Amino acid sequence: MRDFSTNLFMRKLLCMIMKTMRENPYNKITSLGCIAILFGIIFNLMGCERKTLVEIGTEQQVIHIGNGTDIQGVDPVVTTGMPEYHVIMALFEGLVSKDPKTLETVPGVADSWTVSDDGMKYEFHIRDNAKWSDGNPLTAQDFVDAWHRALMPALGNEYIDSLFVFKNAEKFYLGEITDISQVGFKALDQQHLSVELESPTPYFLQLLDHHSLFPTPVSVIKKFGAVDDPTNPWTKAANFVGNGPFVIDEWTPGKVFRVKRNPYYWDTKNVKLNAINFYPIEQLLSEERMFRAGYLHKTEWMPYAKIEKYKKSKDPNYRTHAYLATYFYLINVTRPPLNDVRVRKALAYSIDREAITENVTRGNQVPTGSLTPPDTLGYSPRSKMVFNPELAKKLLAEAGYPDGKNFPEIELIYNTQEDHQKIAQAVQAMWKKYLGIKINIKNQEWKVYLNTQKMLDFGLSRMAWVGDYVDPNTFLELFITGGGNNRTGWSNHEYDVLIEKAANAHSRIERYEYFMQAEDILVDQVPFIPIYHYSTNNLVSTDVKGFYDNLMDYHPYKYIYLESDKKKNE
Amino acid sequence: MLVFIFKRLIQAIPVLLLVATVTFFMIRSAPGGPFDKDRAAPPEVMIQLNKRYHLDDPLWKQYIDYMGNLLHGDFGPSFKYASHSVTELIAAGFPATAEMSLYALLFAMLVGLSAGIYAALKHNTAGDYIPMTVAMLGICMPTFVLGPILLLIFGLWLQWLPVAGWGQIPGDKILPSITLGSVYAAYIARISRGGMLEILSQDYIRTARAKGLSNARIIFVHALRGGIAPVISFLGPAIAGLLAGSFVVESIFQVPGLGRFYVMAAFNRDYTMILGCTIFFSFLIIMFNLLSDIVLVWLNPKLRQQLSNGV
Repeated sequence: MRDFSTNLFMRKLLCMIMKTMRENPYNKITSLGCIAILFGIIFNLMGCERKTLVEIGTEQQVIHIGNGTDIQGVDPVVTTGMPEYHVIMALFEGLVSKDPKTLETVPGVADSWTVSDDGMKYEFHIRDNAKWSDGNPLTAQDFVDAWHRALMPALGNEYIDSLFVFKNAEKFYLGEITDISQVGFKALDQQHLSVELESPTPYFLQLLDHHSLFPTPVSVIKKFGAVDDPTNPWTKAANFVGNGPFVIDEWTPGKVFRVKRNPYYWDTKNVKLNAINFYPIEQLLSEERMFRAGYLHKTEWMPYAKIEKYKKSKDPNYRTHAYLATYFYLINVTRPPLNDVRVRKALAYSIDREAITENVTRGNQVPTGSLTPPDTLGYSPRSKMVFNPELAKKLLAEAGYPDGKNFPEIELIYNTQEDHQKIAQAVQAMWKKYLGIKINIKNQEWKVYLNTQKMLDFGLSRMAWVGDYVDPNTFLELFITGGGNNRTGWSNHEYDVLIEKAANAHSRIERYEYFMQAEDILVDQVPFIPIYHYSTNNLVSTDVKGFYDNLMDYHPYKYIYLESDKKKNE
Repeated sequence: MLVFIFKRLIQAIPVLLLVATVTFFMIRSAPGGPFDKDRAAPPEVMIQLNKRYHLDDPLWKQYIDYMGNLLHGDFGPSFKYASHSVTELIAAGFPATAEMSLYALLFAMLVGLSAGIYAALKHNTAGDYIPMTVAMLGICMPTFVLGPILLLIFGLWLQWLPVAGWGQIPGDKILPSITLGSVYAAYIARISRGGMLEILSQDYIRTARAKGLSNARIIFVHALRGGIAPVISFLGPAIAGLLAGSFVVESIFQVPGLGRFYVMAAFNRDYTMILGCTIFFSFLIIMFNLLSDIVLVWLNPKLRQQLSNGV
């Protein structure tokens, strides 16, 4: 951070000040000024000998990470957000894991598995040296107990859907059956776990790497209270037991979440980091400043306003890559005039998405006319909403609003954030220009906005969706009838059938065909208006090695290590 | 005096109850709940969550339950931090906030009083106008502007002081304390100047001068006592303001204090946490107001006389 030349400059300055003070001992103002500068120099020299946290961290293999908002907890089946997921990834491991370069499934707690021909039955072999962080062996029965716990209604598991892939799991959850042995998972012996699915789920192995299916130590949880109590204090640093490469070292809400190496982790000899510090930093500007001052090896995000500067200076710390997420506007199809598909199409066709990503967001986002990001595990949507203002105008006229005349006022809501506001303003201007209609844009505080969406009390509303796993299903199931996240009032029987068919398809080609047909319906019916696919934009120190850009922004810590380029060059 | 303190403490109880009640119903009238998220939980799960936290009870019952627990000193579990209680979180966040407020107050007193007294003594000269103009600017400059400016200058350009953290790197407490304290320093400067000017024109000061006392003795022994009385009465609300208003500074400098918990709790609709923090801060405000009144009485013989006469 600091080089020799500044130090030399400081020394020269010091000499100059001492001289001035000697020469003018009675001049009050000069003396005061000199004393002030002296203090500054003392601070500065203090700083000279000080290494930054990042430099010290790199030497000691301790990584410092900005982690967005403060985590709510680390129980894999109680928590939901991204910051929590980042921490849980260090503390737990599922039956399988993913390769950070290719995102392909690699062994985790299970070292091998077999799949039946119909894709409905799996058998996993748990590795011999799989252990909990208290040294106890991790067995097949532990997975059965953990999944049983995850299915307990009182726990309030918000990712309950991912457990419904198991045969009869939904029935058990709803109380239609009470015998857990009827649910599709069973321990054959200490190391063999058999799993039966409700339908062939091609993304099942990927799902196993989702935190909602990670094992939790039920026998330990029992010691601290009821296993189905979400407030059970088993996740506190002193009580915690996990099975990942790291264990909790310190958890001070609002300050830091620190994990240290777990000596009982089966692959601990390949773990290079000694500790990870996760800092809750809500303010993007503070985070960027901390990165610049050498406090962080990696930021969670970065302010859009700063991207241009980093790009121009070709800063090697700036990282950007495609991300499995889509930014779009929901349309409330129950409300006139938006119940008319021609109006919806007119709105969708008169947005110049490229202009938005190039001039407004400027963070390498990819403009899009469909929901699923292209090349999601080999799937790319074949139809998309285009930018065609002429056609849009014509459609609006057909719907009874030539040149936007008599078009009722509708409202576009978004959660309070500068970037959303800029996009909304751009879209508002485009609709005014191309269609001659006036849309009111309105920001709402996060929870108010969620409530407005839930109540369908809007015309148009901003939304984003991040894929839980790399498969078109994670996007397309969003718009099924009655889906909790389908906040549009839109329902299409044919669409629901296609998604259902895809779930039961036996080959990838067949399955993707169903998905393409479903996406064709979405593009034709326009219950939403896609804007762009996300890109990650963050700052990662060049000291961080073993960190690979991928679609899921997935960075397992066991592969990461720290090495200073400066040292290497010496 | 004891009767006075006792009376004031008794008065505090209904005030706190009222604060709790108003807050309880106000946060419940805000749209959205603690479990609303962008990825909506299935309806069955929502039912379970509401049941778990008794949000499915009628509001009056929730209120009575909450107040019942409150009287036992139980703030309940946090909705956001599932495995932590509100009391634990307050205990975790308050020390940093209190420490920062203390340093900010010391900074404000040191700078504010010196500037104020100096300006009063140099009444209507450059020595008066310059510090008072700076003070006016200080009052006008919000912490979210001052903080980043100080950070930019001392943290990133000169690299003299750390840009974030609290107690992690030597010197990281300096900038947040100064940022938080500067507004109050400015207020104290203006108030103490006013107070001193008034006292300096009093008869007893003239008498003291006539008796030939030294200037220093007149200022520090006779004038200061009365001159800083308005500052003392300002200190009560100032301390409360420092404690409760530390959110912005805490966010800018990554200080793990209670202010951040409080504001984030409002965003998260963490009902118990909002209530807990509100009641806790109200309690502190009442206590500091009482404390500043006691000091005021102790400094002012007239008030002391009135109290002992039972007025």
